[in-house]
Amino acid sequence: MLKQLIFLATVLIALGVFAYSVRNILLNISFLKKAYPLNRWGERFARLLKVGFGQTKILRFPLIGFLHALVFWGFLAILFGSFEMLIDGLFGLEKFLKILGPLHHFFMISGDIFAAIILILIIVFLFRRIALNIKRFSGIEMTHKAHTDANFALTLILLLMVSLLGMNMGYSALNPSEAHLYPVSKVLSYLIVNQNESFLHIFEQINWWAHILLIFFFANYLPYSKHFHVFMSLPNVFLSKLEPLTQMSNMERVTQEVKLMLDPSAPIPEESNDLIERFGMKDIEDGTWKHYTDSLTCTQCGRCTSVCPANLTGKLLSPRKMMIDFRRRMNEKSPHLRKNKQYDDQKSLLDDYITREELWACTTCNACAQECPVNIDHPSMILEMRRYLFMEESAAPSALNTMSTNIENNGAPWQYPPSDRLKWADNLYINE
Amino acid sequence: MQQRLIEVPVFSNLAAEGKTAEYLFWVGSSGSYDDRAKKITRDFVKILEKAKVNYAVLGEEETDSGDSARRAGNEFLFQMQAMQNIETFNAYNIKKIITCDPHDYNTIKNEYPDFGGEYELWHHTEFILKLIEDKKLIVDHSTFANQRITYHDPCYLGRGNQIYEAPRKVIEKTGCQLVEMKRNRSRALCCGAGGAQMFKEPEKGDMEVFELRTKDALELNPNIIITACPFCMTMLTDGVKLFEKEDAIKVFDIAEIIAKANAL
Ligand code: SF4
Ligand code: SF4
Repeated sequence: MLKQLIFLATVLIALGVFAYSVRNILLNISFLKKAYPLNRWGERFARLLKVGFGQTKILRFPLIGFLHALVFWGFLAILFGSFEMLIDGLFGLEKFLKILGPLHHFFMISGDIFAAIILILIIVFLFRRIALNIKRFSGIEMTHKAHTDANFALTLILLLMVSLLGMNMGYSALNPSEAHLYPVSKVLSYLIVNQNESFLHIFEQINWWAHILLIFFFANYLPYSKHFHVFMSLPNVFLSKLEPLTQMSNMERVTQEVKLMLDPSAPIPEESNDLIERFGMKDIEDGTWKHYTDSLTCTQCGRCTSVCPANLTGKLLSPRKMMIDFRRRMNEKSPHLRKNKQYDDQKSLLDDYITREELWACTTCNACAQECPVNIDHPSMILEMRRYLFMEESAAPSALNTMSTNIENNGAPWQYPPSDRLKWADNLYINE
Repeated sequence: MQQRLIEVPVFSNLAAEGKTAEYLFWVGSSGSYDDRAKKITRDFVKILEKAKVNYAVLGEEETDSGDSARRAGNEFLFQMQAMQNIETFNAYNIKKIITCDPHDYNTIKNEYPDFGGEYELWHHTEFILKLIEDKKLIVDHSTFANQRITYHDPCYLGRGNQIYEAPRKVIEKTGCQLVEMKRNRSRALCCGAGGAQMFKEPEKGDMEVFELRTKDALELNPNIIITACPFCMTMLTDGVKLFEKEDAIKVFDIAEIIAKANAL
């Protein structure tokens, strides 16, 4: 009974802290702009199955992608056992989901095997990060703190797997008739099988508690870590834009104004009482919820930056940095914004985090968005900031102003008269 | 074989005679004014003529699609251009549009619908393939039979609109040897011109994007580099010049090799 009460208390604390983190995220979303409408649910589910559960995009880097996909699928298998532990802990039961029969067997066996696989892979990943000098993990945005966060999260997962295997070892030693459900732990349990029963009990319980407490701690660490993708990746993929990558979002407000300009008799839209929004994005609150969820989902894996033509040719632009900067700025400003919507600290995402030079280097080639395993849309953020620069500050590179003026005056980006538009067709012969 | 002067049909003239055309050939600003791109436009028209396609152009009524303006951040100008073009399309009751420019293809196909303009879009690589498959065009096998050719995927055609195979199928019809760069299809490296880069100086860096992309192609020792976008054409041509390979390696558009294969 005491165990149950202590367990209940820890669950409540864990849930409470988690709810607080989620509340802050939802509040932050509430002062962001709308993105595209959410519809076409069938296609979204199909995408969730393919890119989310099928891990198709991470597999674009075949070897390391497959290793990571194993960790993902392993987590799914292990999740079943965690859920069972939660029920067991709350109601003082042991292996309650046994009532599911073969399904339970399946998850116990696969969870145990995956725990061992993940354990080994995490050691490989840590080794890659710490000992090998992998270009993808470097860059100006990859601060010391970012590396520490990554290594800390990996270490937590390592401990999660160790405690899971420890728990299974204890259980197999205590229940030899079920030991076949824990194929790896069964073998490992030969190390402790000769100990007396009370030792085995304590061994199992210590690991049980360590495992569940680590889960609670990990879950609450995630919202403040780049490892938040553990929670965010599936929803972010599910909610990602279904339109072609190169399709830019439309600005309704501009449409209304342009229609009025072209046809003064068009109905004048009702003035809204909201503050007149800025064109484009200068700071985080000009962004959409998707910009924010993108930034929360980013794992800092650097796949985007590793294929960016601007970055590959030595320009400042790094699409990964866009995501990291947005999140950092959100963390800096949102606690104040949540209290006071007008809060202004004389800083902004543009210039204080992301420079103009970065923004103008983008070719909108969408290699970054194509490569991102969790369907983050970097060009959308870049283009929103260009919209701000062009329309609010008239601060585009002068060559682009010239291009614009030419289009306005002659309908072409160069200084040629419209009357020359058909010149190409002069003296055109075909051999017949 | 004899030469015939092509009189390119223009919608306004057709309308004056009470006629119209099935397809609009959208030439685009590059195709109309850029000297290199104009050659592509001319060759593509020859293909349309050869296959007896019922097409016309807008001529002076065409105005920039607004793609580059939008990507530079000038949403007002883009929308003005879009609405103006849609009005013209609708005035001639245009439903089907062919273009050689992947940027305009993308904008008209995906972005004009926000202003009520919905059209059936054909990139010329898709259209040429259709002509071949419908047996309206037969490609001669001999001209390029011994050529080593590589194809550069334009970002707005490939990643943007998932057109990867049509251009390759067309190229293979010439009987050439098609070799792939290490970064191809959805992994293709940009030529460096998209997103309005075409019209400005690049930011500071170690090298130009087109230099890196041209290197990808040169690794294969091709005789010909093919692309399907007027911007890519400019960039890759510059790249080949930069490496002083312009005598050994030619850069062509798909329309050009098909026109050449058939000696149009
Ligand atoms: S779209 Fe821009 S940021 Fe993304 S890969 Fe291309 S150049 Fe880099
Ligand atoms: S944006 Fe996507 S690809 Fe880039 S670092 Fe983040 S998760 Fe990786």
